[in-house]
Amino acid sequence: MEKFFHSVYLDDSLCRGCINCIKRCPTRAIRVRNGKARIINEFCIDCGECVRTCSYHAKKLHRDTLDILNQFDYTVALPAPSLYLQYNNLTDVNIVLTALLQLGFDDVYEVAAAAELVSAATRTYVREHQDAWPLISTACPCVVRLIRVRFPSLVEHLLPLKPPVEVAAELARRRAIERTGLPADRIGIIFLSPCPAKVTYAKEPLGIQKSQLDGVLAIQDIYPLLLGRMKQVRDNPRALSAAGRVGVGWGISGGESNGMGSDRYLAADGIENVIRVLEELEDDRLTGLQFIELDACDGGCVGGVLNVENPFVARAKLQQLNQRLSARPAPPPPEAPASIAWDAPVKYEPVFRLGSSVAEGISMARRVEALTEEFPGLDCGCCGAPSCHALAEDIVRGQASKSYCIHILRDHIHTLSNTCAGLVAEAAAQGGEYSQERLQELAGQLDQLDTEITMMDVGHRPAVPPEGTDEEGGTVG
Amino acid sequence: MDESLTLHFTVPPDDFTRAGEASSSTKATLKQLGLPADVIRRVSIVMYEGEINMVIHANGGEITVTISPDQITMVLKDAGPGIPDIQQAMQAGWSTASGAARDLGFGAGMGLPNMKKCADTLDIDSTVGVGTTVTAVVRL
Repeated sequence: MEKFFHSVYLDDSLCRGCINCIKRCPTRAIRVRNGKARIINEFCIDCGECVRTCSYHAKKLHRDTLDILNQFDYTVALPAPSLYLQYNNLTDVNIVLTALLQLGFDDVYEVAAAAELVSAATRTYVREHQDAWPLISTACPCVVRLIRVRFPSLVEHLLPLKPPVEVAAELARRRAIERTGLPADRIGIIFLSPCPAKVTYAKEPLGIQKSQLDGVLAIQDIYPLLLGRMKQVRDNPRALSAAGRVGVGWGISGGESNGMGSDRYLAADGIENVIRVLEELEDDRLTGLQFIELDACDGGCVGGVLNVENPFVARAKLQQLNQRLSARPAPPPPEAPASIAWDAPVKYEPVFRLGSSVAEGISMARRVEALTEEFPGLDCGCCGAPSCHALAEDIVRGQASKSYCIHILRDHIHTLSNTCAGLVAEAAAQGGEYSQERLQELAGQLDQLDTEITMMDVGHRPAVPPEGTDEEGGTVG
Repeated sequence: MDESLTLHFTVPPDDFTRAGEASSSTKATLKQLGLPADVIRRVSIVMYEGEINMVIHANGGEITVTISPDQITMVLKDAGPGIPDIQQAMQAGWSTASGAARDLGFGAGMGLPNMKKCADTLDIDSTVGVGTTVTAVVRL
């Protein structure tokens, strides 16, 4: 699998080339080129902001369909804690779990139960690694990806433990093998996910070499299929649930910290808030903390873009459900304990770096600063980049030209039309007579004018400027 | 000096919410240049502490950062009240910050000592009633 695989993709037929997604992307990973929003794979962290913000629903997410159940002899559903919080007046988690069996799964394994194991492992790890305080939670894959590309000095603070979904997958497969005697590859472990970052994780995990997940379904796809089945089983659900308040609480921001048994923690949610916390952490401005829980989505996993319910309503539902949940965590599984530690440490990926040496970088950065000064500073996004500074960087990287800026283009169009007007006036002064040379000049200027007016159109900013153009681009300069 | 990149920042007076903008912006540039994390951290701390000092004590000021392949030079210049006793100001815990600044959690007297700890060289040129120029260098 490629290193920068993503679950987000564009439906070209729906994209109008507007600027909503490029402005909202926290890592400035999107450019409108040839009239369509293109994701720069190296920069994307799978946060789903573009999916959330696209007015035309052109940003789509890869995920599996229920057909995947047919590929295996035995399947286990791994519901994320946030699945329970999608339903109104849910009094018993077992109703959801039993409905999953009705839907066609052979077994269920709650991610919330595995979360309680990860909570216990986290407490131990944090206690034994004071030198690495504050440890940063790695449960949100989006946060891990963000740190990997933007916060090199914080990589060593990443908690090197598997996320609950991975631990659940390992335990679920082991239990399935014991119950059925089937070979491991005939058993399908399917996660019901609140977010695209987990879809990416299943294919291209961080911190481990290979994920045990065989498929990922979106909660929003499963939600309506469960509703009717939940009604059928409501009065007589099977006793399948083992997770308590701590595990289910992982679905909201602060839930993971709640399992820490320490008050020296910080929990932040929402990608922009997460970035602010990481910036302060990087500058040693947050002291006295042992643990930092960061969730890319507002409200925590309940804010994932593949959910149905508003995250704040979901949080309110958790408060009701909590009355029915045990304060005690699930008993440890009878099988051998899962290995919770990472086996492939995350390394910094300098994807935003300019130049291959510091000297080259400085020279490129100088050009970026100089170019930025030339742009109007409106950050209007019409060039297809999220800001004037981002356009300047794209130009210096050879991926755009100055003429992508419609304000610069407009000024040139003025100059060209003035030149044309001058030529016409000159001819008029000579009784309407054009020399052959002057006529050619006028025709040339009009031609350029036409080209530049065409370039004002959103579809005329290619991913790579046409060959033969310098950074000034095209006829402008 | 042809091999260097210069960044200029104006630090506004009395605005704690904006203190840190110059430091963040410089940090972003240094990361793009691929400098070692430790160098970036030290520069960020010097810049941030300097910015806070300008806001608390000096009605803002100007910062010029010069980045070259072997060192980063920060010149923080203000037209504030000046420092009467630099040795005293360098002592950990010594502060003349206002009650308002202290209420916001600033004024612990760690600003200049922290800058000194993070910089390879730190020179302070101050005249009472005229202003202060702090020149800090972090070497690669």
